[in-house]
Amino acid sequence: MFVLTGVAQRYGRTPAVRIDAWRAQPGEHWLLAGDSGSGKTTLLHILAGLTTPTEGSVVVGGTDLATLAGSARDRWRGRSVGLVPQRLHLVAALDVRSNLLLAQFLAGLPQDRARVDELLAALGVGDLALRYPRQLSQGQAQRVAVARAVVNRPALVLADEPTASLDDSHAAATLRLLRQQAEATGATLVVASHDARVRPLLPHTRMLAQTPR
Amino acid sequence: MNTLRLALAYARRRPLATLLNVLLLAVGVATITLVILLTGELEARMHREAAGIDLVVGAKGSPLQLILAGIYHADAPPGNVPLSEVLELRKDPLVREVIPLALGDSYRGYRIVGTEPALVAHYGAALAAGRLWSAPMDAVLGSEVARATGLSPGATFAGTPGRGGGGAQHRGTPYRVVGVLAPTGNVIDRLTLTGIDSVWQVHDAHGHAAAGPAEHDGEPEAREVTVALVKYASPIAAVRLPRAINARTSLQAASPAYETARLLTVFGVGTDVIRGFALLLVGASALGLFVALTQALDERRHDLAIMRALGASRARLVAVLLLESTLLALLGLALGLASAHLLAASVGRWLPAAATLAGGASTWRPEEWGVVALALGAGILATVLPAWRAYRLDVAATLADG
Repeated sequence: MFVLTGVAQRYGRTPAVRIDAWRAQPGEHWLLAGDSGSGKTTLLHILAGLTTPTEGSVVVGGTDLATLAGSARDRWRGRSVGLVPQRLHLVAALDVRSNLLLAQFLAGLPQDRARVDELLAALGVGDLALRYPRQLSQGQAQRVAVARAVVNRPALVLADEPTASLDDSHAAATLRLLRQQAEATGATLVVASHDARVRPLLPHTRMLAQTPR
Repeated sequence: MNTLRLALAYARRRPLATLLNVLLLAVGVATITLVILLTGELEARMHREAAGIDLVVGAKGSPLQLILAGIYHADAPPGNVPLSEVLELRKDPLVREVIPLALGDSYRGYRIVGTEPALVAHYGAALAAGRLWSAPMDAVLGSEVARATGLSPGATFAGTPGRGGGGAQHRGTPYRVVGVLAPTGNVIDRLTLTGIDSVWQVHDAHGHAAAGPAEHDGEPEAREVTVALVKYASPIAAVRLPRAINARTSLQAASPAYETARLLTVFGVGTDVIRGFALLLVGASALGLFVALTQALDERRHDLAIMRALGASRARLVAVLLLESTLLALLGLALGLASAHLLAASVGRWLPAAATLAGGASTWRPEEWGVVALALGAGILATVLPAWRAYRLDVAATLADG
């Protein structure tokens, strides 16, 4: 589904992340493991086309990201990648349903309210559609963020430290949710986490070594 | 979901700041527009009322005073001149028409003008009721005078010396209303017209010096009028006639076009100050909008970053910000324009002296397009820096910094 070859990202002379080769098949669920500062978030941003690596090639779903520039890359990202950032970043000015509709709108896809409401219900937050993000608990907000990531049925779902602030049972539930939703659309899932609890919950693991300083 | 709803959602999120900026802009817009409407109407009215009168002839003194007294009936006249000298002008081939006016008394603040029916014809006024004056002490009321005093044909009233509403009335020589004029939108609406001999008769009866010697001689030589409105027969008159008249010892000629322009220049300084102040208000609102948007951008950079992550292009972010400020500017503009027109329409209630300018409220003056451009420009200008920062936003770093 994606192929990374000789990818490195440097800030100045310090490499933030380096990965020689990583290949994932469609529908595979991966853990991207590594300590804090090993560059997991940077690598997720590279996969999402938000960061262009200083070296190497990134091919996602057959598309070489180097060939995409400007708004074409934004457009590709909106349709192909679902991102659950660590801080979730729900849009505070919009209610839950509008946050999901926003994802469809910005991706340039038709806005499908039935799909949105169905998805919210499937994630157990169907009754929160008209709430604003500040009215949600952390767990509820996380579910909404997952819903937003998969609403456009992307081929690649990326989650950044989804269990960081959750207790054991919620951490397991969140992982289950992500895997269910990825499965439902056949998406490839990459969960970046340094959380040891996550490791047994995902079939594939890619370890990021601490980059030499 | 669309760009408009997104912009509205953000405007709603900060209702107080939004309201403040909209109101600030509205006040600035309303002030500028009100000045435009009122001065525009004032100029239009002054030109309209002076139209067709090429020269005002009267006693020596301030030419501006002569114009104010003779055309706009807004000042006391400088003095009287012998009727014979005025009638002499009629013999001049350069003169097409001479309309003598004898000013002096007023009724309830409305001036009584002794004149000839030619004045009615000059202003194109038609009779709404009754007839024109024919005998001494016949009076014809302008439409506004009739409305304000409630007098109608058959009623009698006594004039008061001067232009004020008070003072001793000439009770011994009352006027009799014989006609009422239809509204013209001109100064004649605010005048009470009568024959020149009526004015003389009132003052003869009371021994006023202003109207000349006593009643023993009815010869025109001894009679006086206040001003004469003169129309030229040919353009050459503009060059020769004023000089010729001013050369005589007792008469002075004043050009309404010139004096009106001079007067408006004097007004202009005052209105320029108000305009400048209003511009300051618009500038302040643009600054407020700028601060609000810039501040909001700091709070919103995560929203903007996630929007990029969700597929929004840089241009889309700029469009959202621009639309938001443009909406606020439009709102302030609409509010300002509407209140300016409403205020202008009701100007008589808060500024009775300017009541006649209310007619400007219903017109859209070309200068108002400038106000539209100004308000929208202020809104867009306030967005330039925030939009540039949104355009340059480092999405990955912003998402990662929490």
